Amino acid sequence: MHLSPDQIVFWQHGPFKLNATIAYTWCLMLVLAAGSKLITRTLSAGPERSRWQDLLEIIVTGITQQIEAVGLHRSRAYLPFLGTLFLFLAMAALCTIIPGYEAPTASLSTTAALALCVLAAVPLFGILEQGVGGYLESYLKPTFIMLPFNIISELSRTLALAIRLFGNMMSGSMIVAILLTITPFFFPVVMTLLGLLTGIVQAYIFSVLAAVYIAAATRDGAPEPKPGPATAH
Amino acid sequence: MDSMTIIAVASIVTAGITTGFGVMAPALGEGRAVATALSSLAQQPDAAATITRTLFVGLAMIESTAIYCFVISMILIFANPFWNSVIAHAGAK
Repeated sequence: MHLSPDQIVFWQHGPFKLNATIAYTWCLMLVLAAGSKLITRTLSAGPERSRWQDLLEIIVTGITQQIEAVGLHRSRAYLPFLGTLFLFLAMAALCTIIPGYEAPTASLSTTAALALCVLAAVPLFGILEQGVGGYLESYLKPTFIMLPFNIISELSRTLALAIRLFGNMMSGSMIVAILLTITPFFFPVVMTLLGLLTGIVQAYIFSVLAAVYIAAATRDGAPEPKPGPATAH
Repeated sequence: MDSMTIIAVASIVTAGITTGFGVMAPALGEGRAVATALSSLAQQPDAAATITRTLFVGLAMIESTAIYCFVISMILIFANPFWNSVIAHAGAK
């Protein structure tokens, strides 16, 4: 039994290891990128359209609506980042029904990398929206005493994002592996179903939390987007 | 008891206690959250979308505390750093 797909090594040459995490991440990236490219090659605005285009439109519109529901009104600006996060996590969770597949999100490296992306994206969007001064000022709200706590919360919520996703995905595959040794055949199937549900919910949670953090950084105390100060350029 | 036995016993017992106690409080919290959300849903079915979304996010936040405990007990059982260092020392001797 292994704790994470990092321990399954497909190929090794010197210090370079090709473990299951990297391999399946690449596979997912390939499937997502090539699939989107194939579908968007023949886009049409008329009534005659492919079913795949409808599928993509449903997904993109759904994600846009969810982003707007969180409070980000210029949702198109955040759609590439948040939508990619959600699609990757959802695909990583859904593909667990394929035999031999290990979710790359069951490895702490993947989830930590994704959480670091969120950690970097929040100040980036905040600065783009409010300027450097405006964004840094949000750390001093409500008073300057809160400065260390704001910084700590920034770091701890990144840790929480990573550990939450890792724990949920890892526990799903772990429980199935343990149950296979105790009660084979039927019960693991039920737990796999539950794992699919947990995976989708966690993908949703991860992207919604990222959206909430971005929303908090971009409109902090500034309901009207001010004309950017000189420091922003 | 040599140090290996002590580490093994302490790790296993602590892992059980961690999961046992760590699951209790989030379970109570999730129960309260779901109960409140259900009564709000019964009072205001129109706000179902907002309530459900907030409930899911809140549940995941509460559940993550239980997941932290689970991760710690998994580390204690499967990737215990003290155990590994004792094994390395025993191998070096």
